[in-house]
Amino acid sequence: MLSLIVFLPIIAGLVILAVPSSQKQIIRIVSLLAALAQGVLAVLIWRGYDPALPGITAGVGGSPLGSFQFVEKIPWISLNLGGFGSLNIEYFLGVDGISVTMVILTALVSAIGVLSSWTIQKQVKGYFILYNLLASAMMGCFVALDFFLFYVFWEIMLLPMYFLIGIWGGPNREYAAIKFFLYTLFGSVFMLLVMIGLYFSVTDPVTGQHTFSLVAMATQTNFNVAGAIFAPENHLWRQIAFIVLFVGFAIKVPMFPFHTWLPDAHVEAPTPISVILAGVLLKLGTYGMIRINFPLFPEVFHASMYVIGIFGAINIIYGALCALAQKDLKKMVAYSSISHMGYVLLGLSAGNSEGMVGALYQMFNHGTITAMLFLLVGVIYDRAHTRQIDKFGGLASYMPVYAAVVTIAWFASLGLPGLSGFISEALVFVGAFSSQTTRPIAMVSVLGIVFGAAYLLWSLQRMFLGKRNDDAAYDLEVGQDGHEHIHFHDWKGKLDLDGRELAMLVPLVVITIFLGIYPMPVLGMLTSSINKLVQVLSPVVMSQM
Amino acid sequence: MFELPSGAEIQGIIASLKASVGFFIPEIYLSVLFMLLIVIDLVAKGRKNNLLSITTLLGLAGSTVFIYQQHALPAGELFFGMYVLDEFALFFKYFFVLSAILAVVVTMADEQFDREVKSMGEYYALIVAMVIGMIMMASSADLLMIFLSMELVSFTGYLLAGYFKRNPRSSEAALKYLVYGAVSSGLMVYGFSLIYGITAQTNIIKISLELAAHGSDSLVMILATLLVLAGFGYKIGAVPFHFWSPDVYEGSPTPVTAYLSVASKAAGFALLMRFFYVAIPHGALPPEDKLGMDWLSLLMIFSVASMIYGNVVALWQKNVKRLLAYSSIAHAGYLLLGILVMDQFGTQATLFYLLSYFIMNFGAFYVVILISNKTGSENLDDYRGLGKKMPLAGAALTVFLISLVGLPPTVGFIGKLMIFSALLTKGSLYIWIALVGIMTSVISLYYYMLIPLNMYLRESKQPDEKVMNPGMAPQIILAILMILTLYFGLFFTPLSDFAKYSSAMFGITLH
Repeated sequence: MLSLIVFLPIIAGLVILAVPSSQKQIIRIVSLLAALAQGVLAVLIWRGYDPALPGITAGVGGSPLGSFQFVEKIPWISLNLGGFGSLNIEYFLGVDGISVTMVILTALVSAIGVLSSWTIQKQVKGYFILYNLLASAMMGCFVALDFFLFYVFWEIMLLPMYFLIGIWGGPNREYAAIKFFLYTLFGSVFMLLVMIGLYFSVTDPVTGQHTFSLVAMATQTNFNVAGAIFAPENHLWRQIAFIVLFVGFAIKVPMFPFHTWLPDAHVEAPTPISVILAGVLLKLGTYGMIRINFPLFPEVFHASMYVIGIFGAINIIYGALCALAQKDLKKMVAYSSISHMGYVLLGLSAGNSEGMVGALYQMFNHGTITAMLFLLVGVIYDRAHTRQIDKFGGLASYMPVYAAVVTIAWFASLGLPGLSGFISEALVFVGAFSSQTTRPIAMVSVLGIVFGAAYLLWSLQRMFLGKRNDDAAYDLEVGQDGHEHIHFHDWKGKLDLDGRELAMLVPLVVITIFLGIYPMPVLGMLTSSINKLVQVLSPVVMSQM
Repeated sequence: MFELPSGAEIQGIIASLKASVGFFIPEIYLSVLFMLLIVIDLVAKGRKNNLLSITTLLGLAGSTVFIYQQHALPAGELFFGMYVLDEFALFFKYFFVLSAILAVVVTMADEQFDREVKSMGEYYALIVAMVIGMIMMASSADLLMIFLSMELVSFTGYLLAGYFKRNPRSSEAALKYLVYGAVSSGLMVYGFSLIYGITAQTNIIKISLELAAHGSDSLVMILATLLVLAGFGYKIGAVPFHFWSPDVYEGSPTPVTAYLSVASKAAGFALLMRFFYVAIPHGALPPEDKLGMDWLSLLMIFSVASMIYGNVVALWQKNVKRLLAYSSIAHAGYLLLGILVMDQFGTQATLFYLLSYFIMNFGAFYVVILISNKTGSENLDDYRGLGKKMPLAGAALTVFLISLVGLPPTVGFIGKLMIFSALLTKGSLYIWIALVGIMTSVISLYYYMLIPLNMYLRESKQPDEKVMNPGMAPQIILAILMILTLYFGLFFTPLSDFAKYSSAMFGITLH
């Protein structure tokens, strides 16, 4: 099941390889079918998922079964290394509450991304092959439970992303693409060293051999190799490893001060890639922290909770302030992304169930809401060929449906009660306030909500309310019925949202509203895993070791 | 002065020679092939080169049969300790024969040969002669034999580098190669003479015993090591003995560049490993002394310098061959990392890395040739828009370059993984060196990606959009190399097991 959901896009990519490049429609439909099939599988996984099982660590007797679900575990590579035993790499997939929500999110965002890619006209074949490769790698990251496998998927994402930004991006795409590539590679190569070190420090309780299994690594008693680099008594190296991993993931989040690649990448990337980037890729950073960074080095996590919280607060406030200053709508949304990922960091740093659940729920909601924001930016950019906020004005009266969806998305993003973003941000703050460590940080971070409301409402007002600006990107004309219409230069399509755009946006709007009123479908899947995670991270458990 | 040997002694010598010959069949076979190629060239003078190239291919392929038969033979010394046969040597025999086969295949695809030279004449014979020399380099166990085999490789290398006689770049490359080669082998022989002066032995196993028994003056040993390293370092193209390589790589015919950058470099590594693992006694030294000022620290410095210098200077290159030359300096640094580890895992990692380097580097040069056939240029600027015009070549080159960076799922990633794993098992100082390797591989991403950047992200200056077809056979070979790069990146057990099997060295004092 999980293998299928991971490799479906790659299979679609291989099919596309055989289709002649002139058959653009067939290529698109093959991709869409793969994405929809992925969606069906995601629904099946969601329905078949038992929220009672905790995940995070192994179940009874060190076996992942009974703790993880949909487990697929077969030996992949077994190498004899002479005096160092053997190198065992497993093809090990499985989901728990943390990953299953991300799997659903990935399937959803990938499918919407395919729809949004319909307007891509340049080198369609190459585009969809890379897109499908990217979709597979993202999904693989979320379900891989072997560090080596995770790393392989993690790195495979980079190359398609580089080309997708670099070939189909905006005017400054070369710079943005290589900046993205270098930043993320810089983070991940150090991860490689830590991964090797972990392998030599951990044994699998079942086989007694070294292992890359993240499940085995999540139990501290498995760090039982005497003298190994990450053995429990080796505090310094464990701290270094934690920092290295954290930076690697923080670059992806992106956390201040490693965030500078994100606005560039977003501004240059085509709309669907922005959607994928904000909707899924950023989540990989925080997912990696939750899956790898924190449970493997819980004592270092405990010591650095407030630092993570401070960085979260900086992200929230700095991102919001930067967003406030942007003239480019897409750049504003990119910075709002940075700000909202700060809430995730803040929730994680609280270290308690409320905060962690809030963080994960925020990851899910940010995925849907930001996907919506970028799609909406894409809609207006397609028409006006500009994203400058001051080139618009009074759009609400001419594009009412668009304005309505924008309003919902914008309000969801600023955390209006009744929409999903509110619940996750509220949970994050509940968690952060109830922890002694992060309470002062949480107090400061509340400012972020105010700034967030400011830039969102201000942009909404400037673009949609009032009257058309004099230097607007569209002309006013009075129709035969006496009403005023607007007319974008060289835009042939429907003025307001067309069917395809609605098909992308309506599911997201529905999810945002539904999860704002009744969050249990997602929260229910998260709770037992998060409780287990908090238990793994708690100092009580650690002191018993 | 010398007493004439008695009849019985002569008989004994002859018997020993006869016994050794049985262990020497692949080399004899290749020598016969070498002469056969010269004869064919004489007979078929003036005709086009297919007869020669096909004979070379078949002949080289046939030699693998004889090499395969040697697996059954016991490891040991031949010819009075001049020469050894062991798994390590067998590995390199396959390696050199395969790289010669690929060099011939690559040559057959290169249209520049049609323009520059009238007949292929002795070209293929020289390729085979170089294989013989390199095989002997990997099997030599005596200072004299090391020198002889290295000179054989060097001389064929000079001739091959200057094979485009009327092309000034090619002649310049040959001359530079010759001058640097002459100096460094002179230095190496001086180093050998110092070692002989200390130990009164030329056989490396006996040298090791002698050094272990009597010790040595460390200053003289360091001087000798440095001088010997000048010779070996020249062959592997590591900093600070790299000065020849950018010019030679750029000026030589591209197939020769590929051949030199893979095979000749590997031969240097074979020699380096055998010499330092066998001739220098290790068991006697306490670990802290190993990190003192000895050959190991010299190699560490060279390795770090190569990785930094190669990767940083490559950033400014505008010519793809020159860029790959600097990349090959950097890869010499990564390979040295594996040797530094000084255990079986390290040897295994180094051999694996050589195999991965073999696939990806030959692949990259192959694409460079196919592109230069169509565009007549190796400049980065002329790669613009080629991704669309040559889809397979573009995709393959991207895979090879990603593999050279060391990203999964390619064989280059596994090579780096094994080298870094070997380093990390050794503890703190090695972790810092591994960090240098990691950092420089991030830098390398930038210049390697310049090629796909030009191929895909930039539009060609000429507006013509017609697809360039490099031909059926080259495309198939390219596809095979690309698939191997990816396949061994996911399922690398066979390669790695072979590398482990091959890490057994006769008379080694290390493992």
